[in-house]
Amino acid sequence: MNLALAFDVLLAAALLWSAWRTLSTAQIDRAVVMFIVFGLLLTLAWARLAAPDIALAEAAIGAGLTGALLLDGLAALKRTDARRPARRTAGKVMVRIAVISVLGLLAGTLVTALISLPPAPIRLPAAVAGDLANSGVSHPVTAVLLNFRGYDTLLEVAVLLLALVGMLAVGLPPAHPGISRNSMLPTLARYALPLMVLAAVYLLWAGAHRPGGAFQAAAVLAAGGVLLNLSRLQAHWLPASRAPRLAIAGGFLLFLAIAAALLAHGGLLRYPPEQAGLLIVLIESGLTVSLAVNLAAFFLLRSTPENGQIPPATAPRESP
Amino acid sequence: MTGLELPIALFLLVNLAAALWRAARGPTPADRMLAALLFGSTGAGILALLAFAGGGPALVDVALTLALLAAITGIAFAQRSWQRHGAHEGGDDNAAP
Amino acid sequence: MPLLDLLSGSLLLCGAFFFFAGTIGLLRFPDVYTRLHALAKADNLGLGCILAGLALQADSMALALKLLAIWPLALIASAAVGYTIARRADRLGIVPWEKPKP
Repeated sequence: MNLALAFDVLLAAALLWSAWRTLSTAQIDRAVVMFIVFGLLLTLAWARLAAPDIALAEAAIGAGLTGALLLDGLAALKRTDARRPARRTAGKVMVRIAVISVLGLLAGTLVTALISLPPAPIRLPAAVAGDLANSGVSHPVTAVLLNFRGYDTLLEVAVLLLALVGMLAVGLPPAHPGISRNSMLPTLARYALPLMVLAAVYLLWAGAHRPGGAFQAAAVLAAGGVLLNLSRLQAHWLPASRAPRLAIAGGFLLFLAIAAALLAHGGLLRYPPEQAGLLIVLIESGLTVSLAVNLAAFFLLRSTPENGQIPPATAPRESP
Repeated sequence: MTGLELPIALFLLVNLAAALWRAARGPTPADRMLAALLFGSTGAGILALLAFAGGGPALVDVALTLALLAAITGIAFAQRSWQRHGAHEGGDDNAAP
Repeated sequence: MPLLDLLSGSLLLCGAFFFFAGTIGLLRFPDVYTRLHALAKADNLGLGCILAGLALQADSMALALKLLAIWPLALIASAAVGYTIARRADRLGIVPWEKPKP
């Protein structure tokens, strides 16, 4: 077991180091790359913590989506704002030290409180295993997410929807003017995209009896959409486009409709055991499509079309 | 089951840590991005090894996902974010296809 | 079967060696183009060896096939990304390193 400990210690050290570098770099470019590295190290950490579902989600989102979103946002930032970050002054250093000490104290208090808690009276894994037969699926994580705590999942989908609405409210950047065509990327996209769809369907189906599920499948599909956009095979979406909006709202509304129907029959999101499996499949399929479009929309929505006229108010500034 | 999975996973992690040094150091932004790209292959290798060292076959799915998607970050970097220092985008790059 | 274990173990060690070579390349090569070589070629070969070694020990055919399927995907992805980054480096004017004349 010595090797496992060495692995974990090295991983923890790398995590802490990359987190520190993310926060301490003065240049945003480096911070973004270190953050991407941090996300990928986190995938390994989840794998070591025996949480393959979270590792799958972190791999799909951290590798495929977060990196692309941050880098694209960085590009938009560079185009519109050429100011350098401010230099550190002595006063700011003192403030930092004070904040770190207070936070350290708080963290220490929380850790001691946590350690001194009495053991919990309820053993959750045993409780979940006891009811697994009635839940409609055979994987405990999916049973918890889609059945026992389905209400939480419903609200999480709503949160993603609200995030998108918030993004629309704040205002979208104009479409990227476009770097020269790359002949290999469309080829890559044509090979990779069917495989991504296959992987997404597999993850969705596998969620019933092993790690997987709607969220991971949606993240893979959204990453496919990002790849299509980067290869210039799929144009940016405008805020007014009908189809993405319907797709995004559809999944959430399906879940809500099922919840409302069940509310009329008994409790909120209390599936009858014979139909639980079918309902879960239905909800997960709808969520996969809807969440995929939602996550892809974070990357694909722009205020102007890619080849259209750019309104004078949002034209990129000439370099000084 | 050879006893080699966990030692090699640890060795790969050491390689990864060494690459992180390059990520922090590298003179051009591409060097930093290369280290992040390294995760696509090394990370998949580590996860596959961990699957056989006690993590379970689910980790192979994670390795598959990582191998598929790690390229997208690199592509986003090269196609969007890597610009000449101080210049604005949309210059000579649009000249030749 | 000790023969299977031996074969699997030697493939794993080969893979580790190629990964090591790739990391040395990443750390020591003089410019971005050569470092791309180290990543795209050596690391992927290492990954292929490791996946083959693990596939020999897999419990089921499905698991072995899944392991082996990772390799072509990684290769295709590395090829496209390597090309994209190298092309962009060229457009940005990064000059390939040349050995200094004596």
